[in-house]
Amino acid sequence: MSDALLLFLPLIVPAAAAVLALIIRAFKGPQAIVGVLGAAGMLIVGLMLVARTDALGVIATQSGMWPAPFGISLVADRLAAAMVAVAGLVALAGSIYAWRDLADDKLGPYFVPLMQFLLMGVQGSFLTADLFNLYVWFEVMLVASFVLLTLGNKRQQLEGALKYVVLNILASALFLIGAGLIYAQLGTLNMADVAVRLAHPDQVDLVRTSGVLLIAAFGLKAGLFPLFFWLPSSYHTPRPVVSAIFAGLLTKVGVYALMRTSTLTFAAKAPVLLELIYVIALLTMVSGVLGAAAHFDMRRILSFHIVSQIGYIILGLAMMTPIAIAGAIFYTLHHIVLKTNLFFISGLVQHIRGTNDLARLGGLAKATPWIAALFFISAFSLAGIPPLSGFWAKLAIVLAGLDLKAWGAVGIALGTGVLTLFSMTKIWAEVFWKDAPPDANTTDNRTGLWPMLIPCVGFVCITIGLGIWGGHVFGFAERAAEQLLNPREYIEAILGPDAITVEVPSAGRMRP
Amino acid sequence: MNMLIALTVGVLFATGVFCLLRRCLMRLIIGLVLLGQAANLLVFSAGGLKSGVPALIPLGSMTPPEGAADPLPQALVLTAVVIGFGLTVFAITLIHRARATSGNDDVDAFNETDRL
Repeated sequence: MSDALLLFLPLIVPAAAAVLALIIRAFKGPQAIVGVLGAAGMLIVGLMLVARTDALGVIATQSGMWPAPFGISLVADRLAAAMVAVAGLVALAGSIYAWRDLADDKLGPYFVPLMQFLLMGVQGSFLTADLFNLYVWFEVMLVASFVLLTLGNKRQQLEGALKYVVLNILASALFLIGAGLIYAQLGTLNMADVAVRLAHPDQVDLVRTSGVLLIAAFGLKAGLFPLFFWLPSSYHTPRPVVSAIFAGLLTKVGVYALMRTSTLTFAAKAPVLLELIYVIALLTMVSGVLGAAAHFDMRRILSFHIVSQIGYIILGLAMMTPIAIAGAIFYTLHHIVLKTNLFFISGLVQHIRGTNDLARLGGLAKATPWIAALFFISAFSLAGIPPLSGFWAKLAIVLAGLDLKAWGAVGIALGTGVLTLFSMTKIWAEVFWKDAPPDANTTDNRTGLWPMLIPCVGFVCITIGLGIWGGHVFGFAERAAEQLLNPREYIEAILGPDAITVEVPSAGRMRP
Repeated sequence: MNMLIALTVGVLFATGVFCLLRRCLMRLIIGLVLLGQAANLLVFSAGGLKSGVPALIPLGSMTPPEGAADPLPQALVLTAVVIGFGLTVFAITLIHRARATSGNDDVDAFNETDRL
């Protein structure tokens, strides 16, 4: 298969599946099958991309045969390929998990097409090399997510969506301004071309301005301090499958965009912005985990944990050493799988008992030992207990911190880990271990649980596998970090071998 | 001309932020629209503000005439305007629904999903 086709397929597959699902929206069964097939297609293409990029390096293609930097380039390095594959995996799990809800008519006829459009936006954001095109893919993703969030039209959903919509539109405006300023200064939007032109020594001033705007825009979408408030007030309101897919993917698109733009644009030119991200990362970790400690509802606790875990990833990015970036990439992959699964499990609890309120749950360890085991493994992986995947992710970030003698950051990261363990233990004790209180919900609805259990079991196996054979994945993450830190390969893949006339500085550095 | 556009962008941003910080839902949307327009105008001016020279390549030439404005930001703004239009329509529908279900127009009353 040619490179060009391989790069376009992650966009064509969901687009085709979405259109087909729209046409056959009157038939529930076939529509659900189209959703599963579309997601499986994305996963397969993603895995092929990973194999190709890992073996042959960065691959790129120009849409419409317009030569770069004039047309829009699609490009996949190891990081982008891995993200495409993991997004496909989450989509597949979500499509299977949604089977029950679709059969019960809880999601309506537009869930499958909307989810495919959402994924098209996500995959496009991972693959594009053009700043304005990235903005467009963000909007594709956002509009689909707006509608998914309000499917069902409950009062809580509308309230959560209001915050989500307003803040995300604001972030889009900031992103547009940042991209506009970059174009005004450099006359290009192709990120590889931006990196080359910025390498000229007299380009400094506006990089800081547009860099700050991009950090604010992507930071809001990623859920960074102090811009994360929309996340915990909206993610617990839609159907569990929708929250799970949002929790797994959407914030990571912001993180990915931050990784991509920081290494290609401002990291080498304006290291002061990395200091900014560094401080923000620490505040994000702490505020997220404290919010989680205060709450008493399964999905709300998990939502705050997304914020705190994003802090770890961004901390790795801010440190900008090879092992820190590799840690951040590994952390991202691990977190997508794990967080989706924890939301899936909260959906199982909701399905069986009809509530996610810790005070009205109890005794599930006896009633449903299987679900208890699934939650136990996932929760302790999130907290970073060896030998599960979360341990290796946190270990890499902490080791990177020790390398740089950033004792404060290491201390905060470890303290956040302890508090994560605390709130996971809280869920475990309240939902599974304690006896059911007298006013507990005693409904025991186990009809049609199987399609919801399959993705959970699969994800738990992946978490354990990532822990035991984590070395292979971490090796891949290290090679991906190498590509991110030295953008030469990325630039040459897009602009051709003669494009680099001035030495393009490596984004990597050592903190004193 | 540049100064005028710069001032307009500034005023749009200021009024947009001011409206966003009000407690009424309708002003929230107006604020968002104004901010979006400020961003669009800013990107538009990134291509240079020229008049009288359309960026059309004359027959037999390979480049646009001297002094023509860069057409790319104009194309970008066109895309951004369309996207912004869609987002605004969704946002207006959303506040309409939110107002109808909660019977309230005060942003501060929408705190149910944040409460402990």
